[in-house]
This record gives sequence, structure tokens and C-alpha cells, in this order.
Amino acid sequence: MAEAVAERFIRPISIVRHPIYNIFLPVPVVCFIGAALTDWTYLDSGGTRFWSNFSSWLLAAGLVFAAIAGIVLLIDLLRGAAANHVLGWATFGLLLAAWVVEFVNSLVHARDGWTAVAGPGLILSVIGALLIVIAGWLSRDALEFVR
Amino acid sequence: MIRPLLIGTALVTLAACGDPQSNIDPSQQTGPNPLLPEPSEELVAAVGVPKVVGWKPGETPVVPAGFKIEALATGLSNPRMIYPLPNGDVLVVEGQREGSEPIDRPKDPVRDFIMSIAHGGGGGKETSGPGGGPPQRITLLRDADGDGKVELRKVLVDHLNAPFGITLVGNELYVANTDAVVRYTFTPGQTAISAPAEKVIDLPGGMIDHHWTKSLTASPDGSKLYAGVGSNSNVQERGPEAETNRAAVWEIDPKTGAYRVFASGLRNPNGLTFYPGSNTLWTVVNERDEIGPNLVPDYMTSVRPGAFYGWPYSYYGQHVDPRVRPQRPDLVAKAIPPDYALSSHVAPLGLTFYTGSSFPAGFRGGAFVGEHGSWNRTSYNGYRVVFIRFAGGRPVGKPMNFVAGFLGPDAKARGRPVGVAVDRTGALLIADDVGNTVWRVTYAAGLPAVRHA
Repeated sequence: MAEAVAERFIRPISIVRHPIYNIFLPVPVVCFIGAALTDWTYLDSGGTRFWSNFSSWLLAAGLVFAAIAGIVLLIDLLRGAAANHVLGWATFGLLLAAWVVEFVNSLVHARDGWTAVAGPGLILSVIGALLIVIAGWLSRDALEFVR
Repeated sequence: MIRPLLIGTALVTLAACGDPQSNIDPSQQTGPNPLLPEPSEELVAAVGVPKVVGWKPGETPVVPAGFKIEALATGLSNPRMIYPLPNGDVLVVEGQREGSEPIDRPKDPVRDFIMSIAHGGGGGKETSGPGGGPPQRITLLRDADGDGKVELRKVLVDHLNAPFGITLVGNELYVANTDAVVRYTFTPGQTAISAPAEKVIDLPGGMIDHHWTKSLTASPDGSKLYAGVGSNSNVQERGPEAETNRAAVWEIDPKTGAYRVFASGLRNPNGLTFYPGSNTLWTVVNERDEIGPNLVPDYMTSVRPGAFYGWPYSYYGQHVDPRVRPQRPDLVAKAIPPDYALSSHVAPLGLTFYTGSSFPAGFRGGAFVGEHGSWNRTSYNGYRVVFIRFAGGRPVGKPMNFVAGFLGPDAKARGRPVGVAVDRTGALLIADDVGNTVWRVTYAAGLPAVRHA
């Protein structure tokens, strides 16, 4: 049995041999980093609401695509399609953590005005951005082994 | 990966940290000096919106012993304001805002959905508006013998634009649509208006038009009109440019169409009425949401010319709202507190002073307030008509729950009160917009009236 597992080759969910997971993950990476930046800009501007609205939309888009990336990754992991299972699950854990943090953050951002960003809003945006960046950095080695 | 999760959880806990306000009773927030807790923004704004089931045949709101309540008219479409004419006819303004606000944030469609529940299911499916929308009209009810039975019911004027306020000066009927005050030549006794409306002045309407109800009254000498223009947002989150001349009471010269801002910082002023026999204008105001179930108490106040009442920068005088930036300490320093708190989120939309004589003496000169009911707290507040006694032209004591039962024991809404008025017989009329009914409260002479605080 052990031999069979070691020799098994399962391709991740792919389009023309390229895992589709890689398409989705960059979206929340960009969105969550972007939200941290637009939050900062909002506070720096003294409350120009364009920037806090921008953050809210970035969080919403990031959450949708992070969810898709997470589901695809989870299916790949459960199918045993990871090149490195430890890294694979670590990536999934970080992605999940980023999603939870940014979901809470989107609720905070739904407040009306300054307190949607100042305080917990900005802190959560920075934490979420860090988590998703690490997830993105790890993910290459987790799945990228299609030959 | 564990550590970030823990930090995240800790933050969630912090953000959602306890509800220190839950031990405040609404009765501590009525009268001239309401108890004001610290603002606390919940992670998810508390939402409590009752399902609307309407009135079953025979069901009515509940009135104190000695009083009687009956439907004057049923099957209306979103009746919001009532205006008794000198000849005894009663005008009922039926209308609602059409279309939805532009979407600025992902939050907006979610909020719109929640608000739609609060108005759903109670009927009013009829369409006669210009775009196939809901009726936007004024219906005339004639009860010539004053027995509470309507002999004639007729649409006086139709195809208005979200009308709300209405007032008669001599032979001119002024109607406040959401985007303009218009005038009709009208003699009480008429049962139809065929002449087209003449525009007096544009009011702020526009794409957002968040608080769309434009209240209207005339000065006792009839020379000026006063219109309530609510804010375009909760606390200016649509930007200051959307609030130009909003959150204010306008003073309008009906002859020239000139206006000035009479008082400002009033988030959503409704029920404009002069105190009988005086030149003092009163209003009920819907204060801001989403800083806790017990902030900010809605209120009733006399409107001082030129005064600033705080919105959006501060509430109840100079309590600064942390959400509004840039801050304006110069304006906050000018903000004055209102006269009389009604408790938080009750949503007062109607105000009338008791000028009749058929109710017991204690009611004379007092105020009836239609409280449409809360959405921003989990335990409902409002959904009733309260009475506040006046002495020397000022409110005294605590509000008395005068008409209740709009929420049933199953916590579902049969109706929600809006406009209130006193008819020629001294009966109290109540517009019930989700129950699609006008209620009439009479005092059965000889029976004891309840003592009120």
C-alpha cells in the first residue's frame, strides 16, 4: 500500500495541464494588499470616503476569489494531488485564516465612516494581507509539479 | 498558521466585546435628560425587523380603557399622513419612494434587502403609479355625520412623486412631494382636483434620497411654509456634498418660492406642527443608527430659528460622533440639545397636538407621536402611538403608551403607525402604513380615562 501511495501521480484540477488553483489565488493577494493600502490612504486623507469604499469592494472581491481558490485547493488536497502535503495544508490553513480575518474585516468596514477603518479595520487589513502573501508564497511549492 | 488565527480570533472578540448597554431600559431614555451610554459599534449591526402579517378581520390596535379604536378606512396603499380639513373631510396621503439607492458599498444592497422585509407582506400590491409603481396619491374620506363611518371615498389627486407632507392655507392645498412642494387650488368640500399642480419650490430629491419623507406645515398666519428635509445618509457616509441643505427644516415663502434653512443638524425631521396658539414649531426627529441599541434616542423638540442640532457631527448637544470625519469642533460647539427624548430607534414619524375636547382634560394641549418602530435593535422599540402631556407649552412627565398592539404577541407586525391627526370631533386619527388602514380613536364618555404619568 505504501508503495502505491508513493508512486501515485494525481494531477491537480487543471486546464491544459496547468492547475486552475493558480489562477484564483493571485486575486485575493492583490485585493487584500490593495485594501491595506487604500485603508492607509483613507486615514491619511483625513476621511475621503472614496478610499474606504474602495477598501470595501477590494475585500468583497478578495473574499469571493479566496473562497474559490480555497475550495479548489481543498479538493486537490483531499484527492492527494499536492506535490508537498505539508506545504499544501499549510497553504490552505493560511488561506482559511486570511479569509476569516478579512470576512470579519469586511463587517468592520461596513460601519459608517471613520471607525470602519481607524483601529480594528486597518489592523485586520494588514494581518489579512500578510496571511495571504505567505499563502501565495508557499503555494508554488505545494502544487507546482505538473510535468 | 495557528498564531495568526489566534490573533484574528482575539480581534474578533475585542470587536464584538460584550454589550454593556443591554441593561438600559428604554424608559431611562425618555424625557428631557435621557441616559446616554458610550457609543459601541457592533461587529454586525443589531437588526430586528418584524415580519409583516397585517390585520386579520376584527383585529385592531389596543387603546386604554374608556377609549375605542375602529378602522376609518382599510385597504389603502401605504397611507402615511392624515390631514383633516375644516369641513370634516379627511385627506390621506398614500405614497412611497420608488427605486433603490445607488450602490456605494457592498453593504448597500444588504441593507436594502433588510429594509424591504420591514415593509413587505402587508398588502399594497396595487399599482397605479406613473411607471406602473405603487399608488402615489391623496385619497379623500368623507364622514359627514362624524360617526366614524366613511360615506364617500375618492382619489382626490393621483400620480404624485412620493408625497408625504400636506397643508391647507386658505384655498390653496400644498403638497410636499419628495422633490418639490406643489400647490393646488382647492376649496374644502371639493372631491376632485383637476387643475394641474403649480410648483412652489424644488426640494432635495435626487438619486439617493435616503430619507425621502418631506414633512410640511404652514405658520399660524399662513405666510410661510415649513418643510422637513431629512439627511441623505446615516451619518454622512455618502459624503458631505450629498447633504447640501438636508437634515434641516426649510422656511419657504409660498408666494415667491424663496427659502432659507430655518434650523439644521436635524437628521430626519418629521411631523412638523406649530404648537396650538403659539408661533413655536415642533418636530420629531429620527436620530442616527449603528452605534448601539441605545443610541441615539430619537426626540421631539421645538425648533429654534437658526439653531443647529448636531447632525452629523454630534448628538444630544455636544456628544461627538466618532464616525464623522473631518470633524467640525466649531459646529459641535454651537450644537444645542433637543427638548424631549422618545428613546432609541423608535422612529417617530407623526406628531400632532390634541386640540379637541372629547378626550379627558389631561390630554388637551398634549402631543401624540406615531412611532413607526425600530430596526436597529434586537428587542423592538416603538411600534405604538405615545402621548406626552404638555404644561405651559412644554412637555412634562414620561410618555404614555396610548395606542399599542401594532406588534402582536407573536412579535409579528400587524401594522406600523406613521402620521397622527385630530379630527373635527376630537378623535385621534392614525395612518398605519403597513396595515394599510386609517384608525380612529374615540373616547367613550362616562368611562374612566386611565391616569397618565
